[in-house]
Amino acid sequence: MANLASNFVGIKSPNPFWLASAPPTDKAYNVVRAFKEGWGGVVWKTLGTDPPVVNVSGPRYGAIHAGDRRLIGLNNIELITDRPLEINLREIKEVKRDWPDRALVVSLMVPCEEHYWKDILAKVEDTGCDGVELNFGCPHGMSERGMGAAVGQVPEYVEMVTRWCKQHTRMPVIVKLTPNISDVRQPARAAHRGGADAVSLINTVNSIIGVDIDTFSPLPSIDGKGSHGGYCGPAVKPIALNMTAEIARDRETRGLPISGIGGITTWRDAVEFMALGAGNVQVCTAAMTYGFRIVKDMITGLSEYMDRHGFTSVDEITGRAVGNVTDWQYLNLNYVAKAKIDQDLCIKCGRCHIACEDTSHQAITAMVDGKRHFEVIDAECVGCNLCVNVCPVENCITMEEMVGGVDPRTGIAVTGDYANWTTHPNNPMAKPAVVVEPAE
Amino acid sequence: MATTSPDIATGRLAPDQYAANFSDIHPPLGDHEALVEADRCYFCYDAPCVKACPTSIDIPLFIRQILTGNPIGSAETILSQNILGGMCARVCPTETLCEEACVREEAEGKPVKIGLLQRYATDVLMDETGEQPFPRAAATGKRVAVVGGGPAGLSAAHRLAMHGHDVVIYDAREKAGGLNEYGIAAYKAPDGFAQAEVEFVLSIGGITVEHGKALGRDIALSELSQAYDAVFLGMGLAGVNALALDGEDLPGAMDAVGYIADLRQAADLSTLPVGGRVVVIGGGMTAVDVAVQSKRLGAKEVTMVYRRGPEKMGASRYEQELAATNGVVIRHYAKPARLLVENGHVAGVEFEETAEREGRLIGTGATFTLPADMVFKAIGQTLVPAALNSSAAAIVLEGGKIRVDDERRTSLPGVWAGGDCAATGEDLTVAAVADGRIAAESIHRALSA
Repeated sequence: MANLASNFVGIKSPNPFWLASAPPTDKAYNVVRAFKEGWGGVVWKTLGTDPPVVNVSGPRYGAIHAGDRRLIGLNNIELITDRPLEINLREIKEVKRDWPDRALVVSLMVPCEEHYWKDILAKVEDTGCDGVELNFGCPHGMSERGMGAAVGQVPEYVEMVTRWCKQHTRMPVIVKLTPNISDVRQPARAAHRGGADAVSLINTVNSIIGVDIDTFSPLPSIDGKGSHGGYCGPAVKPIALNMTAEIARDRETRGLPISGIGGITTWRDAVEFMALGAGNVQVCTAAMTYGFRIVKDMITGLSEYMDRHGFTSVDEITGRAVGNVTDWQYLNLNYVAKAKIDQDLCIKCGRCHIACEDTSHQAITAMVDGKRHFEVIDAECVGCNLCVNVCPVENCITMEEMVGGVDPRTGIAVTGDYANWTTHPNNPMAKPAVVVEPAE
Repeated sequence: MATTSPDIATGRLAPDQYAANFSDIHPPLGDHEALVEADRCYFCYDAPCVKACPTSIDIPLFIRQILTGNPIGSAETILSQNILGGMCARVCPTETLCEEACVREEAEGKPVKIGLLQRYATDVLMDETGEQPFPRAAATGKRVAVVGGGPAGLSAAHRLAMHGHDVVIYDAREKAGGLNEYGIAAYKAPDGFAQAEVEFVLSIGGITVEHGKALGRDIALSELSQAYDAVFLGMGLAGVNALALDGEDLPGAMDAVGYIADLRQAADLSTLPVGGRVVVIGGGMTAVDVAVQSKRLGAKEVTMVYRRGPEKMGASRYEQELAATNGVVIRHYAKPARLLVENGHVAGVEFEETAEREGRLIGTGATFTLPADMVFKAIGQTLVPAALNSSAAAIVLEGGKIRVDDERRTSLPGVWAGGDCAATGEDLTVAAVADGRIAAESIHRALSA
């Protein structure tokens, strides 16, 4: 059993799995249940000023499902905590007292005036919690009141509020970023400039989850009307991974601790976020789908993984893939891979063929010698990987790197030499000769 | 040995047991089950299941239509290729057709339940609208006679009506439906489904059914050929193969096909006599149907005896297992040698054991005897050539059945044939439906030329 202990900006937890600020962390009752199951920490659901907000009394969530109604995307129009500040603060204090080894970070969202932040920070600090997370991310409801994403979308505001918070508390300050922005590096840099100890991302993605095609109400429907909500769950993971990597490899923010959020459902997802620069991870939708018990698999899965790789600390995972994220222009255009179909595993569904035939490069047979047979035609295969992605059998189709020989599609020898777009003859902007790998 | 009077009795079961024993053998899928199962389909390219379906239903498409909440569209996909898709969903040996070919069978040994999904979609259409989804083309003024209102005839008639032709079905029995109504096991199509489907098929319009009109008895092929623009023969196999043993006309020696027909038509199954000890001779679907139904009527011992091994049986492996799980004993490699008779009633069968030598079946000389109160002959049915009356000489037969070409044309101009009476392959409901449709399209081309 590997040691999963995590120290994220000085906040210690027995493992790097935290529950994100969200409905599962709105009350002591839920948080204590989570800690009993083994969660390393929680970010308490966002506190605001009194009187508390009110939530709709109709549906707050909408979902999209993959096969067999597996939930792959969830959206919500729930606001920050709708309980009085006093009750939340009391419960936070009690929980932290009872669970001193777990991380307890408190999410905050108050109007963009310094005194509000100063005031609430003092109250929160008094609970003995481990840190604060500034909610600059919620895309719905609160943003209409000038908070949440409305702040997160303006880097100057992000920097300003972060600076206030750093001035008014000794606690670590984590700035939670919204993905509803064209370049996530801008608010991340702003948070960094404001003195943030870390950023966390992503918050939810602005979305309409669906439309009732009989009543024509957007979903979830409140009395026949709908409003855009925050989208999360497995479907947003790729967006979150990219934003994590963008911040991790940015010159200005490199080294800034990141708490990874966005569709993390398994220990594998967590490892991916950490490899792209996250120091720990936060989970919500998976817990809301399956309950808190999933953390047991996350813990043992991560531990097994670390043992297999000889990692003795979770910090050894953090950032391992960052150096491999590059710009397209630096990808090796001399790298050649061909799809290969394992005929023993092939169940002959033909999906690879029709995907390739209809929509790609006509590189997979359907019939050979009068028999149903699916085989890659190397002379046509561009190595696009679509067949791998549509094949229902795991590892039946693999991409095999060509080492040496001649690519039968292009007639060009595979030398193993690196060459990218920056020097390619078709590139009007090509730089002469010297091949430079980017520093980051 | 047998008692002096045979043990043949009615009402062997408690009254409510009959309903239980003859209810749906495969309960239909509920909405949730259908969605879960539909989700398993991979939507294969050039799908093997479609190739394995005699009526070439676009199975991946109809399953996808179930999945997207379009069951009526799904049913139309099915019925456009197979107007008896509802019955075929119930009676097709899917384990040797579409489901055997399903790639999931290769992947994990658990094919998509295509038959049950097909039933789901067709049931939704029948239950929700019951409406005929196919409009008729403008009337052509052409008239086609269809002999036999079974699966082949109904399929042909429906397709011809769709194309705007007027059709008269001549059926020998009181009810149309053929083996769907009189033949298949009761628990495969309970609740009057066969007649409901006949009504559904006929609801397209343009089809008249003349009941109680048998070819060779009430009507002649030569007359039909003269009176109609085309004739389709789909009268099935009226003859039953005999054992060629002394005593097979005596009480207790029964023809399985006739008994099943009586069973299917019985208003009250408790009034149907069944033997205490039943011996079934044969290894096909009919043999299994009569064996299992005898058992479910309350027979104490039912033994099926087949002259070859299990792999040669006409009944699919699934059907053989069905027999076994119903308590039917199946004995292989034995052929009937002599019927034992007591007091003018069959009392048992003496069998000779057989063996295969270089592909030929030989008797080994060893014998055994099975006492029986009822002995069912289920060794196949035959075309009665005499029914083709004056034309019998002219219409060419092949292996005792009517020879047809790819378009189901017989050797007689203007006469098509399909279903069990035609030499087109397996005697399956779904194959008969395919024959009917193919013949109808050919007739339509001929009449449009």
